[in-house]
Amino acid sequence: MATDRARPAAGPDRAGRFGPYGGRYVPETVMPALLELEAAYRAARADRGFRAELRRLLREVVGRPSPLTAAPRLARAAGGGHLKLYLKREDLNHTGAHKINNTLGQALLAARMKKRRLVAETGAGQHGVAAATAAALFGLECVVYMGEEDIARQALNVVRMELLGAEVRPVSSGTRTLKDATSEAIRDWVTNVETTHYIIGSVVGPHPYPMLVRDFQAIIGREVRAQLRAAEGRGPDWLVACVGGGSNAIGLFFPFLRDPAVRLVGVEAGGAGLDTGRHAATLTAGRPGVLHGALSYLLQDGEGQVRPAHSVSAGLDYPGVGPEHSWLKDTGRAEYVSVSDHDALRGAELLARAEGIIPALEPAHAVAYLPEVARRARPGDVVVLCLSGRGDKDVETIARWGRGAAAGAVAGGTGRGE
Amino acid sequence: MASRIRARQPVEVTGGPRPPDPAGTGIGRLESTFARLRRQGKKALITYVTAGDPSGEATVSAGVAMAGAGADVVEIGIPFSDPLADGPTIQQASRRALAAGTTPARVLEWVVRLRGLTPIPLVLLSYVNPLLQYGPERFCRDAARAGADGLIVPDLPLEEADLLGPAAETAGLAMVPLVAPTTPPGRLAAICGRARGFVYAVSLVGVTGARENLSQRLAPLVAAVRAVTSLPVAAGFGIATPEQARQAARQADGVVVGSALVSLAARGGGPEAVAARVAGLVAELRRALDGPGEPETPVTRGVGAAPAE
Repeated sequence: MATDRARPAAGPDRAGRFGPYGGRYVPETVMPALLELEAAYRAARADRGFRAELRRLLREVVGRPSPLTAAPRLARAAGGGHLKLYLKREDLNHTGAHKINNTLGQALLAARMKKRRLVAETGAGQHGVAAATAAALFGLECVVYMGEEDIARQALNVVRMELLGAEVRPVSSGTRTLKDATSEAIRDWVTNVETTHYIIGSVVGPHPYPMLVRDFQAIIGREVRAQLRAAEGRGPDWLVACVGGGSNAIGLFFPFLRDPAVRLVGVEAGGAGLDTGRHAATLTAGRPGVLHGALSYLLQDGEGQVRPAHSVSAGLDYPGVGPEHSWLKDTGRAEYVSVSDHDALRGAELLARAEGIIPALEPAHAVAYLPEVARRARPGDVVVLCLSGRGDKDVETIARWGRGAAAGAVAGGTGRGE
Repeated sequence: MASRIRARQPVEVTGGPRPPDPAGTGIGRLESTFARLRRQGKKALITYVTAGDPSGEATVSAGVAMAGAGADVVEIGIPFSDPLADGPTIQQASRRALAAGTTPARVLEWVVRLRGLTPIPLVLLSYVNPLLQYGPERFCRDAARAGADGLIVPDLPLEEADLLGPAAETAGLAMVPLVAPTTPPGRLAAICGRARGFVYAVSLVGVTGARENLSQRLAPLVAAVRAVTSLPVAAGFGIATPEQARQAARQADGVVVGSALVSLAARGGGPEAVAARVAGLVAELRRALDGPGEPETPVTRGVGAAPAE
């Protein structure tokens, strides 16, 4: 194994396609900006100075490399005592999640393109905080669109963004969550495209964003490869990550796409249960459609209207998913499963008690799938779970759930538990 | 991909086969309309309605009222849950229309009715996903049979145009592209090279909706379009008042008025009340476009110098 390095495995092609997925379904007004961004990115990627500066930022600002922590107690608690379980600690990054890997890369690119203003969408607020941080670092103006419902459930991150000098604009239209925050951010970009860089937070949106964000997040998987070689003298057997838009998952998976022995598992938000229709399991229960500039799996009705997603985790509460994940699903290279709100909350608790780490509710979904991995894996298998963010922002949600569960108010999850 | 994406509810539109006269339908109808206006020294007034806001009845009567009050082309918007190129007015109209159960198939039924009531060109506007789910070929065929003449898809740039362009061409529907002030010259030529019917010039950098003033970006854009095509150019986005329409028509061959009419529909009342309000503004816009004050305009309609508001 590990015969090839982190070379791009499959796409996108010149039209921004991963198989049939991806593309650029955007108003003409921003199309020239996408072409400019792609050209600027390709030039930057080939520029040794740009790469060196990004490496420096990742080291000195983010604190990379992030640790790879062995988690034997969590493995045992999840019924996987026969596994070698590791956590990739993106929760220990500056700002508390993997999002900063991408925003520093994009802000560096925006500065290179002489853009003075960043516009971002955010769900859980982690990307918004990361974008605001990068903007502060580069002296750029920053506007973050955030749904009113998310502002209520992630109040801590709103304060953080404002403290960092960003303007948080509440979005009251539609679902009042990440979907409509993204639509508003795109409308802002359409209006201010000549001065503004749209700093998208996941591997979604029109080409070149899914490629660009993936490349900035692929540092996760590259470090895992090197760290495992040191710790185990070999590569992983299983990679597990949560998938909303899918940026931490693709960052972990990408350097291993060409190693067919490595099993890739993306865990989606099953919400109240797939049968209730209140979930965000786009790859599991959606079908291909166009939202926010790309063709990808999508939660939609029979007429092509986008259906509202639901998840206890604001960062996964999105009816779309990155186009590369759609392609990985169709080709069978990766598999996608879902975990309910209830089980994700249990997963957060499990990790907190077993290892002393309070995860964000997003990666708690991946944690909650560990018992299933344990059931399927062979003894001695090396499993890496991407702990994409820390849980400070979610403690109130978790506490509310705990009180609700005590009062019997929370419906039991339908998924797998311990 | 094509095999995965199928229309959930195929629809038989009861419009029957298109009449054989190519000048009387589809691309031909748009071309002959613009040619006639040019001969008459007049500008095209293109008026927009969000289909199903708040009902199909209202849409049909608004379309008839627009045609009767002097619109040359009616643009009918198929509502979408996430209209990225639209400002709040049309976003809210889309939401009302969807809440009332509007689907692409129903919109085509209303087009059939409208086609039976007015001979002027009807152009459909839709975001790409509803068309993709309906099935591009089937949609274009059904739309043409229903009596639509053209199609505008605001999130389908040149790079993705093959998704609908060939299907529209086969069905005889004019695929009308949008160009923007940000579109560079070489790209403008490529876009206009594939355009049918007319070119839709987005007058400003931004989304749809009324603005205080007509954008300064329109004049250079129209000049750039004229340098690469002989097709008519219609200006839209941010054109709300008769005065703005008159100013835009100094440059362009036609103007598109959308949000201003949609916000009239939003004021409530039955289909007749909506139609009356809409007809009032359309008539004012018509007078503004036809009125005196344009030295290069040889023909006036004799409606006098009704002051534009």
